[in-house]
Amino acid sequence: MSTHAPTAGSVEALLLQHQIDQLNAACAAALDEQRFEAWPEFFLPDASYKVQARENFDRGLPLALIDLESQGMMKDRVYGVTQTIFHAPYYMRHIVSPAQVLAVNNGIIHAQAHYAVFRTKPGGVSEVYNVGRYIDRIVRTEAGLRFQSRQCIYDSEMVLNSLIYPV
Amino acid sequence: MNAPQASSSALSRWSQPGSSRIPFWAYTDGQLYQRELEAIFYGAHWCYVGLEVEIPNVGDYKLSHIGERQVLMVRDRVAPKDRDTDSGIRVVENRCVHRGVRFCQKLQGNARSFVCPYHQWTYKLNGDLAGLPFKDGVKDGDCVNGGMPEGFELKDHGLTKLRVATLHGLVLATFSDETEPLQDYLGPNVMPWLERIFKGHTLTLLGYNRQRIPGNWKLMMENIKDPYHPGLLHTWFVTFGLWRADQKSRMVMDAQGRHAVMISRKNEGGQAAVTQGVTSFKAGMTLHDDRLLDVVPEPWWRIPDPSNPGAEITPTVTMITLFPSLIIQQQVNSLSTRHIVPRGAGEFDFVWTHFGFADDTPEMTRRRLRQSNLFGPAGFVSADDGEVIELSQGGFRQWGEGGSTLCELGGTGTEMTEHMVTETLIRSMYAYWKKVMAV
Repeated sequence: MSTHAPTAGSVEALLLQHQIDQLNAACAAALDEQRFEAWPEFFLPDASYKVQARENFDRGLPLALIDLESQGMMKDRVYGVTQTIFHAPYYMRHIVSPAQVLAVNNGIIHAQAHYAVFRTKPGGVSEVYNVGRYIDRIVRTEAGLRFQSRQCIYDSEMVLNSLIYPV
Repeated sequence: MNAPQASSSALSRWSQPGSSRIPFWAYTDGQLYQRELEAIFYGAHWCYVGLEVEIPNVGDYKLSHIGERQVLMVRDRVAPKDRDTDSGIRVVENRCVHRGVRFCQKLQGNARSFVCPYHQWTYKLNGDLAGLPFKDGVKDGDCVNGGMPEGFELKDHGLTKLRVATLHGLVLATFSDETEPLQDYLGPNVMPWLERIFKGHTLTLLGYNRQRIPGNWKLMMENIKDPYHPGLLHTWFVTFGLWRADQKSRMVMDAQGRHAVMISRKNEGGQAAVTQGVTSFKAGMTLHDDRLLDVVPEPWWRIPDPSNPGAEITPTVTMITLFPSLIIQQQVNSLSTRHIVPRGAGEFDFVWTHFGFADDTPEMTRRRLRQSNLFGPAGFVSADDGEVIELSQGGFRQWGEGGSTLCELGGTGTEMTEHMVTETLIRSMYAYWKKVMAV
């Protein structure tokens, strides 16, 4: 298997970036539209998902705010956010930057994108809620691109009280 | 410095007897809060600063808080002959004596000395003033211009140095000369529960979570002195049997009622009399991936029962509150300290430091990290707590002077109990708080 990123500016590169942007947009839309059950479907069965403070990431400390190791755990998180965690309701709005494709190794696409998530509580103003970058490993499946892992490394180390939904 | 005296008579307004009705003004009054900082955080109490493992090498420092004051926990050089008696841990205030600058901005790092960026006043790791530019003036031909006045001595102008006490890797400090020795401050009832977690263990640092909660700082202490809510608010606790009212449990306090330990032992969960009518109980709930609750008992969980000589006790959960600002959590395999940093009457930061032990296998480390999904600002369990604290503060704010909370589960007394159907720990903390605050 090859180890390369598509040549910059090539049609292949543009197409790949477009496909990743579409994946990111679809994933963000599912969260912002509160179609939470759809969210684990963007991942492979054995995929991982982490939301981690930049402080821990930069220092090599392993603790994450959310640390899920399978699509099953993601489904358990969805059940948590919809059924079991008590929280005041809020909307999210994701703004995701164009993806950067960093490398393609053995069929695994290494990409990153920057994100800002705003939070709006009913009757409230919109707040900057969580800002960071996605560090992704993505693979092609018959159903399209899927995440093998997604790390959300957030700059906003002070969580505004709680963080319930995935970002 | 105390708040204006005019306020103190106005604040002596705790009208109910005892401490089972806590007036809303205890959470909302800004002047009272300033007095709390002075009397509690900067007064004769030991406050949490960090863990020794956070600063393993000479020169390592960590920026921390006591009340609203920033302090630095530093590892100083120690001469070989002093190493048996001196941990080398210093705590100094992050405030230059010259112009009041918070000279350190990084959360952690390593330094040979601390230099204030404004005028380069330079301090040793222990807070002594080492030197400053133009102390002896600047030569201009035969004369010398300026300089510090005669009689200015470096040794009189060091950083504020706090008294420091370490206990099996925990670091606490106090601004006051009056604070009793740490062992006495904690007392013999609480000590076995601290030693169970920390004594003989070398800690490893797993990382931090930080959250800003719009509520009064005391609400967080109350939350961890309240065994009533976990089996009701927290679905995971009641459904999976991690904490609920039908378990063998115990409420322990120090002699003054300010510190506490909530001790319990998990059961199998599922349906029981205690789940009747509890809407957070989910009878059919199962996990898609049950590694989230992959609890493995650890040998240190079992200790001689401090209140039953000859017997042993094996709790799965101990929640320790050390007044005023530290919570230590053992929930099955998840371990953390939680540090309260107040920011005015209506807000505090809550800093979680998760740790493990140096002899943990990689599997145990992974397990601790996995179980951290239950705790912290996004936790299946703990996210609820920050949310309800915010809602409590909202209720206090909208009613004002005449309102009070009602903490009378298990009566109005302040005794220790062998069950969890009680709010005794909250009442005890306020009995102590009333005394300290003279309200």
